[in-house]
Amino acid sequence: MLELIVFSLLNGMVYGLLLFMLSSGLTLIFSMMGVLNFAHASMFMLGAYFSYQIGKVIGFWPALVLAPLLVGLIGAAVERYGLRHVHRHGHVPELLFTFGLAFLIEEVVVMGWGRNPIENRVPSALDFPLFTLFATSYPAYKGFMMLVSVGMFVALYVALKRTRIGLIIQAALTHPQTVAMLGHNVPQVFMRVFAAGTALAALAGVIGGFALLTAPNMAAALGPIVFVVVVVGGLGSLPGALIASMAIGIIQTFAVALDVSTIDLLRHVGLRVASDSVFREAASIKIAQAAPMIPYLLLVLMLIFRPRGLMGTRET
Amino acid sequence: MMIARLLWTILIAPLMVTLVAVPAAAQGTVKIAYIDPLSGGAASAGILGQKHFNYFADKVNAAGGVNGQKLEIVAFDNKVSPEESLIILKKVIGDGIRYVAQGNGSLVAHALTDAVLKHNERNPGKEVLYLNYAAVDPALTNEKCNFWHFRFDADADMKMEALTNYIAQQKSIKRIYLINQDYSFGKAVAAAARTMLAKKRPDIEIVGDELHPLQKVTDFSPYVAKIKASSADAVITGNWSNDMLLLIKAGKDAGLKVDWYTYYAGALGAPTAIGKDGIGHVKQVTEWHKNALPEADPDQIAYEKRFTGKEDDFSYWRIKTMFEMLVMAMKNAKSNDPVKVARALEGLKYKTALGEVEMRADNHQLLQPLLISTMSDKAKYDVEHTGLGFVTNGKVDAKDTATLTTCKMERPK
Repeated sequence: MLELIVFSLLNGMVYGLLLFMLSSGLTLIFSMMGVLNFAHASMFMLGAYFSYQIGKVIGFWPALVLAPLLVGLIGAAVERYGLRHVHRHGHVPELLFTFGLAFLIEEVVVMGWGRNPIENRVPSALDFPLFTLFATSYPAYKGFMMLVSVGMFVALYVALKRTRIGLIIQAALTHPQTVAMLGHNVPQVFMRVFAAGTALAALAGVIGGFALLTAPNMAAALGPIVFVVVVVGGLGSLPGALIASMAIGIIQTFAVALDVSTIDLLRHVGLRVASDSVFREAASIKIAQAAPMIPYLLLVLMLIFRPRGLMGTRET
Repeated sequence: MMIARLLWTILIAPLMVTLVAVPAAAQGTVKIAYIDPLSGGAASAGILGQKHFNYFADKVNAAGGVNGQKLEIVAFDNKVSPEESLIILKKVIGDGIRYVAQGNGSLVAHALTDAVLKHNERNPGKEVLYLNYAAVDPALTNEKCNFWHFRFDADADMKMEALTNYIAQQKSIKRIYLINQDYSFGKAVAAAARTMLAKKRPDIEIVGDELHPLQKVTDFSPYVAKIKASSADAVITGNWSNDMLLLIKAGKDAGLKVDWYTYYAGALGAPTAIGKDGIGHVKQVTEWHKNALPEADPDQIAYEKRFTGKEDDFSYWRIKTMFEMLVMAMKNAKSNDPVKVARALEGLKYKTALGEVEMRADNHQLLQPLLISTMSDKAKYDVEHTGLGFVTNGKVDAKDTATLTTCKMERPK
C-alpha cells in the first residue's frame, strides 16, 4: 500500500511537472495576447520530433538545446508573419488561425515521419534506474524531467519578477497601450514572449517525447489538458500554473489507484443501490475509470465559481 | 473573370476525366469496394490493408482473372466512421459494385452488416457480399450474423480461447491482471478471460480487472504501479495502438517483470515502439506471423519486393486466405454472382501452408489455425526493420478454435 502511495505521488508529480512545462509558455501567451493558442501543443510535438532528428546526428545533449531554439524561431515567425496580421481582425480569426496551424503541423509531421510512432528511445545517459524502492525502480529520466521543470520555473520566475524585461512583460500583460506609450516596442515584446513560450513547449517536448510516445497525435492528446491548467491556475500566473498542474497530475494519478465506486461509498453510509435501478450502471463506475474526466470537471467548476483561477489577477 | 474560368477548368477537368474513366475500366471486372480508414488516426492500418488487397487482386489478375473476369479494388475512405461507411455503401451499391470488404472497427462492421442485410432483402438480384477481414466482435457471427457476412479473422473469443489454452499450460502463472480499454471490445476481452480462466485454471487468481479510457491515457505509470502492487505474474490485454505501446513502455520503466499476453503487440507500429523491452515477455495471438513457417511464403517475398517501406510489412495472412478462398468459391460456383459465390463459400474447406481452414456454414466464421508467439531478437524474419520478430510458442489447430454460436441465419431461397 505504501509502495502504491509513494509511487503514485512520484508519478503524479512528474506528470504534473511535464504539464507545467507545457503550460507555462501558454499562460503567458494567453494572458498577453488573449489568444487561445491551439497550436501550442503542436510546438510540443515539434520539439519531440526535432530533438529526435537532431539527436540522431549530434547526440541528445546538443538536441536538448537546439530543438527548443529551432522551434522558438518557428514560433517567432508564426507570430510575426501570421498572428500579427490576423490579430487586426479580432480574436475569432486568431483562434481559427491557430486551430488551422495545429492541423497543418500535424500533417507536416505525418509527411515527414509517418503516421506511426517513431522509435524515440530514452538517451543512454538517462536510461538507468535512479533508485529502487520496494522493488520498483524509478527511471533516471523522470528525475531529470523534474529537475528541468523545477529549474525552468525558478528561471522564469526570476526573469519575470527581478529583471527589467520581466517588468515590461508584466506591464504589457495588463496595460499594453500604456507600455507602448512609454516608448516600448510592444509587438516585439509579444513576438519574443511567443517565441519563448513555444521554445518552452518544445523543451517539454524533447523530454516528453521519450517519456511518452512520439507520434503525430501527441499534440491532440495533451492539447486540451494544457488549457485546463491555464484556466485553473489563473491567467498569466506562473505559480498558479505550477500549482494547478501539480494538483491535476497528483489527483489524476491517485484517482487511477482508487478502485472505489459510488456504490461502495454509499454502502459505507448504509445506502444500497437496487440492482434494477436505472442509476445502477452509472453508480458502479469506479473512480479509476473516471480519472481522466477529473481535470475537465475541475475546469468547469473553476469557471463557474472562480473564473479568474487560483492565482489569476483578472477573469478569463 | 479569366481567373475564375481558369479555376473552374483546374477544378472541374480532373473530375470530368474520372467520370469518363470509371465506366470504361468497369468493363468485364469484378469490383470489390474496400471501405476502411485511409485518412486520420487509423489510416496506417487501412492503407496497409489496401496494399494487401491490391497485391492479391493483381496476383489473381496476372493468373488470368477468375471466370474470365479481372478483379478490381475500389478504395473508399470511411475514417472509421459508421455513418460515413453507410453513405459509402449507398454509393457503392449505386455504382453496381457487388462485393464489399472492411476490417477496421467493429462499430463500422455492425453498421455495414445491418445495411447489407437490409439492402439484400429488399433488392433481390442485386445482392451484395460482405467480406470482413479484421472486425472481431463475436456478435457479428452470433446474434448479429447474416448470410451475407463472412469473417476471415478469428473473433475475440476464439483468440482468447487460444491464449487461455496456452496460459493453462504455464504452471508458473498464478496471478493474472486484466487491463483493457473501456468499450465493447475491451469489456468482451475481460469477460472472456474471466470465464475461460475460471474453467481451465481455477487456481489462477484474477488480481485486477482494469478498464481504462480508450486512447486517452498518455502515461500508464499509475496503472503499472497498481499492477505492481497486485504482484501479478502475467497481464492479459486487448489494447491496441497507443494504449498498447504506452502500457508496455510504462511497465519497462517501473521494472515490472510480467509476461504480456496481447492481441495486438504485433500490429503495425507496435514492434517499433515496444522495441527490445518486449523480448521474451510480449506475446501475441494471431493467425500468422513472419516466422510462422520455416521459410518465407512466396507471397511475403513478392509483396515486400513491391512495397519496401518501414511500414509496409506483409502482415495479413488472412487476406491471402480470403482471396484464395474467394477465387476458389467463384470457380466452384462457375459464376461471379455474389449469391452463388456465397453459397459456394459456405462450408468451403481450403488447404493453406499452415493447415486446413474452413468457412463455417452455420455462422460464416473462418476456422483457421491460431498461433501464440513471443517477441524475440533471434527471429529469422524481423518486422518493421527493427531486428525483432516473433517466434511461435504454440499452435491451435483450426478445428479446435471453434466456439459455440447462437447464429440463426436465413438463407435466400
